[in-house]
Amino acid sequence: MSFLEVKNIDVYYGDVQVIFDLSLEIAEGEVVSIIGGNGAGKSTLLKTISGLMHPAKGEIFFEDTAIQTAPPEKIVECGIVQVPEGRRLFTLMSVKDNLIVGAYNSRADQYANTTIEDVYTLLPRLQERESQLAMTLSGGEQQMVAIGRGLMAKPKLLMLDEPSLGLAPILIKDIFQTVRKIADQGTTVLLVEQDVIHSLRLSDRGYVLEHGRIAMEGPAKDLLNDPHIKTAYLGL
Amino acid sequence: MIYILEDAINGVLMGSIYGLTALGLTLIFGVLKVINFAHGSLLMVGMYAAYWAIILTGVHPYVALIIVAPVMYLFGYYLQDIVIKPIFKAEKDVREPITVIIVTTGVWYILDNLTLLIFGPTYRNIQDNPLKGKMLEIGEMFISVPKLWGFVTAVVTAAAVYWFLQKTRMGRAIRATSLDREAASLMGINQFKVYNVAFGIGTATAGIAAVTLVPFYNIFPSVGVLFDIKGFIIVVLGGLGSIGGAILGGIIIGLIESIAPQFMTATWTEAIVYGLFLVVLFVKPSGLFGVKYDW
Ligand SMILES: Nc1ncnc2c1ncn2[C@@H]1O[C@H](COP(=O)(O)OP(=O)(O)OP(=O)(O)O)[C@@H](O)[C@H]1O
Ligand SMILES: [Mg+2]
Repeated sequence: MSFLEVKNIDVYYGDVQVIFDLSLEIAEGEVVSIIGGNGAGKSTLLKTISGLMHPAKGEIFFEDTAIQTAPPEKIVECGIVQVPEGRRLFTLMSVKDNLIVGAYNSRADQYANTTIEDVYTLLPRLQERESQLAMTLSGGEQQMVAIGRGLMAKPKLLMLDEPSLGLAPILIKDIFQTVRKIADQGTTVLLVEQDVIHSLRLSDRGYVLEHGRIAMEGPAKDLLNDPHIKTAYLGL
Repeated sequence: MIYILEDAINGVLMGSIYGLTALGLTLIFGVLKVINFAHGSLLMVGMYAAYWAIILTGVHPYVALIIVAPVMYLFGYYLQDIVIKPIFKAEKDVREPITVIIVTTGVWYILDNLTLLIFGPTYRNIQDNPLKGKMLEIGEMFISVPKLWGFVTAVVTAAAVYWFLQKTRMGRAIRATSLDREAASLMGINQFKVYNVAFGIGTATAGIAAVTLVPFYNIFPSVGVLFDIKGFIIVVLGGLGSIGGAILGGIIIGLIESIAPQFMTATWTEAIVYGLFLVVLFVKPSGLFGVKYDW
C-alpha cells in the first residue's frame, strides 16, 4: 500500500486540459519534489489533490481511501494540508488568528494550544509578531506564517506550492531549512518548486512535470545530475 | 437650543436602531459578497414574529427576544442552506455572484406578498405594552424610552457579534472565509456551512432589530422596504462589512433625520441623506469608518 497514490488523472479548466494521464506515488515519511516551469500544471495538481478541483478521469488514494471527489474540507480532515502558492494569508487577521484558523479541522482543533507552541519553537519570529496583522509582515515572514498555518492543521502530508517564490536568496535558505526540519520531525512533504537545486537537495525523490505530464522521475540525486535537467532547468 | 439637543439625542437613539437593522446586511455582504435584497423582508418577518409572540403571550416586548432571535437564526440558516446555496454552488467560481442577488430579490417579493396574503394590508401595533409612548424626562428634555432600550440593544448586539467574530472558532472561520474563500477551504473550513451561519446570524440580528421596533413602530407587510433603502445607505456610509460602521452609519442617518427638520422642510432631509450617500460613494467608497472590514 502506499500513502498517496495519484492514478492516471486528467484535469481540465473548462474545456482546456491541463493535466494528462498523470500518476505519482508518495510513501509515508518521504520528501518528494515536483519541479517544472511556469504553467506546467504544478499548482493545478496540488489543487486537485486538495479537492479544490476534481479530475475528469483517474483516481487519487490517500491511505487507501479514494479522495478524488471529496471536498477540500474533507481532505484536510484526512490529513492532506496545502500551503498554497502566494501564501494566501488572511491579510486583515492577526498572525495568531491566522495560525489558529489553520487548526480549524476537527482533528487538529483540540490540540491547537500545544501545536501553536511547537510552531513558535520552530518559527520563533512568529511569536514576536503574533498580534500584528498578516498584511503588515515582510514576504519572508508571510511565508513563515503560511507554513506555520499549514502545520497547525497537523498534516500527515504537507504540500508546499513554491514556498520560495519572490523571496531573497538568504530567506530561501531559511525556508528550505524549515522544510527540512518539518520533514525530520516525521511529516511527509510534497514540495512543488521552480528552485530545482534547493528542492531536489532536500528531497528523497523528484518528478519533473512538463506540459501537464510527468516527463521524468527518480531519486533526487539522479535528477540533479541528469543532463536534461541541467540544460532545461539549471541553465548549465 | 435644548430642543436641538433633545432631537439629537432621540436621533442618535433611533439611528442606532437603524444601524441594528443594517447589521445583518453588512455581515452577510462581508461574508457572502452578496447584497441581500431580502434583508428588509427578514426584518418584517421578525416584526410579525415579535408581534405575535408578544400579543399571544402578553409578555414584556423584550422577552420576545428569547423566541424571535433563535427562530430568525434558524430561518436565515435554512433560507441560505435550501434556497441560496444551490445557486451559489452553480456559480461558485464567481466572486460576486449576480444570480444570487436575483434570488434574494425573489425572496423579498415572496416574503412580502406571502405576508400580505396571510395577514392582510392592515397596519398593526402593540397597543398596550409597557414601553409604548414612554418618555424619560431629563430637565426639560423628553427622551423616548423604547428608543433608549433599542439603543442599548443595538450596542450590545453589535458588541456581541464583534466578540463572536473575534474570539470564537466559528467567528474566525467566518472572517477567514470573508477574506479568502479558497484559502479558507484549505484550512478545512466548509464554506457553505460558514455562509449558513453568517446568514443565520445576520437574520437573527434583523430579528433583534424587529423586537426593538415593535413597541413603537407600525407593522405591515411592506415595512421592510423603508429599512432596506436606509440599510443600503448605512452600509455604504459605515463601510461594507464593518460591524461598528453599521451602527455609526445608522446614527448619522438618525441625526440628520432628527436635526435637519429644525432648519428646513422635512422633505429636504432625504435629499441630504442621499447627497451624503453619493458624496461618500465618490470620495471614500470604502465607507467612513475603518478599513475594508474591521473584523
Ligand atoms: N483558473 C484557471 N483557468 C484557466 N486556466 C488556468 C487557470 N489556472 C491555471 N490555468 C492554466 O493551467 C496551466 C497550468 O497552470 P498551473 O497554475 O497549474 O501552473 P504551474 O505549474 O503552477 O505554474 P507556475 O509555476 O507559474 O505557478 C497554465 O497553462 C495556466 O494558464
Ligand atoms: Mg503554480
